[in-house]
Amino acid sequence: MTSRLPLLLRRIPLPLALLAFAAFPFAASDYLLDVAYFFGIYTLLGLSLNVVLGEVGLYDLGHAGFYAIGAYATAILNTQLHIPVLILLPVSFIAAGLFAFIVTSPIIHLRGDYLCIVTIGMGEIVRLALINNPLGLTGGPNGVYGIDTPTLGFLSIDTSFGYYWLVWIVVGIAVIALRRLQRSRIGRAWNYIREDETAAQTSGVNVRNHKLLAFVVGAGLAGAAGCLYASKLLVVSPESFTFWESCLMFSIVLIGGMGSVPGVIIGAAAVTLFPEVFRTFASYRMVFFGVAMILMMMFRPGGLWPRRRGGAEARDLLERLWRRRA
Amino acid sequence: MRSPSDSSRVESRRGDVVVQTAALTKVFGGLTAVDRLDFQVHRGEIAALIGPNGAGKTTVFNVVTGIYRPEAGSVLFQGRDITGWKAHRIVREGVARTFQNIRLFPNLTCLENVMAGMHCRTSAGVAAALLRTPKLLREEREIRAAAESRLAQVGLAGSADELARNIPYGRQRMLEVARALASGPHLLVLDEPSSGLNPRETEDLMSFIKAVIRDEHLTVLLIEHDMRVVMGISDWVTVMDGGRKIAEGPPARIYHDPVVIEAYLGGRK
Amino acid sequence: MRVVLEQLINGLTIGSFYGLIALGYSMVYGVLKLINFAHGDFFALGSYIGYTLLVFAAGLVTTHLGLWGGLLVTVAVAALCLAVVGVLVERAAYRPIYPAGRLPAVVSALGASIIIQNLIMIIWGPRYQAYPAALIPNLKVHVGDLTLSVLQLVILGVSLLLMMVLTFVIQKTTWGAAVRATALDRDTASLMGINFNRVIRFIFTLGPALGALTGVMVGMYYRQISFTMGWNYGLKAFTATILGGIGNLPGAMFGGLILGVLEMFGSAYISTAWKDVFVFLILIVVLILRPNGLFGEKLAEKV
Repeated sequence: MTSRLPLLLRRIPLPLALLAFAAFPFAASDYLLDVAYFFGIYTLLGLSLNVVLGEVGLYDLGHAGFYAIGAYATAILNTQLHIPVLILLPVSFIAAGLFAFIVTSPIIHLRGDYLCIVTIGMGEIVRLALINNPLGLTGGPNGVYGIDTPTLGFLSIDTSFGYYWLVWIVVGIAVIALRRLQRSRIGRAWNYIREDETAAQTSGVNVRNHKLLAFVVGAGLAGAAGCLYASKLLVVSPESFTFWESCLMFSIVLIGGMGSVPGVIIGAAAVTLFPEVFRTFASYRMVFFGVAMILMMMFRPGGLWPRRRGGAEARDLLERLWRRRA
Repeated sequence: MRSPSDSSRVESRRGDVVVQTAALTKVFGGLTAVDRLDFQVHRGEIAALIGPNGAGKTTVFNVVTGIYRPEAGSVLFQGRDITGWKAHRIVREGVARTFQNIRLFPNLTCLENVMAGMHCRTSAGVAAALLRTPKLLREEREIRAAAESRLAQVGLAGSADELARNIPYGRQRMLEVARALASGPHLLVLDEPSSGLNPRETEDLMSFIKAVIRDEHLTVLLIEHDMRVVMGISDWVTVMDGGRKIAEGPPARIYHDPVVIEAYLGGRK
Repeated sequence: MRVVLEQLINGLTIGSFYGLIALGYSMVYGVLKLINFAHGDFFALGSYIGYTLLVFAAGLVTTHLGLWGGLLVTVAVAALCLAVVGVLVERAAYRPIYPAGRLPAVVSALGASIIIQNLIMIIWGPRYQAYPAALIPNLKVHVGDLTLSVLQLVILGVSLLLMMVLTFVIQKTTWGAAVRATALDRDTASLMGINFNRVIRFIFTLGPALGALTGVMVGMYYRQISFTMGWNYGLKAFTATILGGIGNLPGAMFGGLILGVLEMFGSAYISTAWKDVFVFLILIVVLILRPNGLFGEKLAEKV
């Protein structure tokens, strides 16, 4: 019988990680803080797609469309009506969620692969529509610029330090919310659908409604990420919301491990930091990325940090490491 | 085995009708899988649906449980017309089923699998989940308790935290039954429950079914190929061939019915 | 009327491109249940190889074989190269992943697509390249009211011929039967003596070779090629596959033709800017109304 992990070590991982997250901005340069900001955005995007792909198992390769809706909702409402960006955070969430409800309702019953191609089509339709500048609102290929920085009363975020806290607090709220959903009958229903849709139906799960709900929640979070993106860059344009972005989010969920929150964070880190590390090899980095994707699927198709059921995740990982040292 | 004198008894079925189909018809492309089927199941019965392969038995189950919509005819459950209802709604009415090929949730734990049965008996929504309201916490406790009790009932209490795909086949079958029972159904629909089980496991399953019927006032409708099960526990047998009902009656009479024998052995189709 | 006919012919031409590419998708999907995202990039690679041949070896070939001969050789070489590439990619990126399931296979295919697309960009540069005009026949022919380019007629003719040949191969030959059988039920097919690996080799040589051929034709037709063409055409071709019913090979070809015609009319009568949106919307509407594609798919799930 192997020795159990000492109580202290079992309790450490989460507080330690939180401490590192809190201490980091005080020690880091603006450049690193900016990188951390985008790490945060990708984490949020990964979490948003995780609801649809990781929990329910729906192949969504058009998620960038929801991201774009949120970003543009923020951009347009802020530049046209001067609504503060921070108020637009929940507004973007709702806008993207509503959009998802409307467009996925007619197609939610489609079989996996068909749903996949339709989501690709939807993502492209959003991007193309934005480029075509309907009603003169979206600024065409150049996009919308002149977005305000997040300001509300005395709260003004215009430093990398401030942005860091903004994005990671939102991520924190999202993580808590998603974990609560995971540990409820809703989250379980999502997993039942993923595992076997027919068996889920005959166990009493309203499959259609739960799939729709997953899309709405996932889209909402992506929309919120879009708002955060717009509020940092102060400019939005269609080229940030291409099929490639959807693929990136898809990879984050796959790399990290479907349905796993720590996995998504790892996946987002890989996807954000990877290009940074490979900056010098600019043209080759995409080739490396493609190779990495294939190798990952060959050796760790379950993801780098797959969701472990029936126990806490970090604790299990530490237990395995602990046993190996003995 | 029933004694031969059974065949001379008046064939009567007690109890009200739990489920009945009227002229039920299901067509796939050019194939009429179920052809104007009329049959009934009475409360407290163990009713068996038998017939050669391709007779349409599983299709009947799929229509009754809401996976398919029939082209014509109707299904009544406890007096209510459930024709064309979606599967999850039918479950809430009180019908639960298992599948011929065992459809569990393989990467979830045994406990989580059984908890699925309680989904339709609880109603905490997104808001409740996010805010962790007292209602949600109470329902979670109930779901967990019910699932644990069902697991114990089928002898899987020790496997609660194991992944469903990792337990042996025979126990997977029982796990599926536990999940079905967790929704507190009035009617249990079992599609070839003994398929893949060894004789000992089949015996255990049969005793289990009889006990559950008695203790929980259930009704059971099953498809079976294993004649020991059909003869051993069923009260009434309906025989299908080519989508139609060709015979029905107590097991002993059916066993000797020449029409039934011919359907199984071949002859004119 | 004349304009409509011209549009129709243009639509059919581009539709035949989509159809030929769609065949590759459909074959692989039918047998492996895998959406081969890299297939569009096979098509692009073929186009670029053709470009390289024409630019660098032109003199050599055309002096001996003439303009058309040169094009023929180009097509043949490109197809051959891609047949090899196709098999290599399947071996390296797909075969090891099959046991892991469908989702990892999709990711792997995406990875392969990214690799090929970026290698094209690295080797040939990110800007547009152009097939040399001097080597493309520029003859025109007059049929009644219409002025058609001989090249377009040849392309259309070749494409339609290929589609008919392929339909024949798939429906009437033993090879075709093997592919269809494996697509329906892999295990039974192998029990019947069909060598699964051979079938895989077959579809991963034929599909990419066809794609390469289409790539060269596209290069000749539009003259401009870019490293993103794999993605552009691939997505449309995949739409055609779904339109025709996934796994249904003749359906894929028809789907391509229909898509091409719709796109052409959409662009002419609605707006060029919105034509892609129009195409996607058609797809979505078709899927909502006829979930199994226009011609029905060949897969069914038994409950």
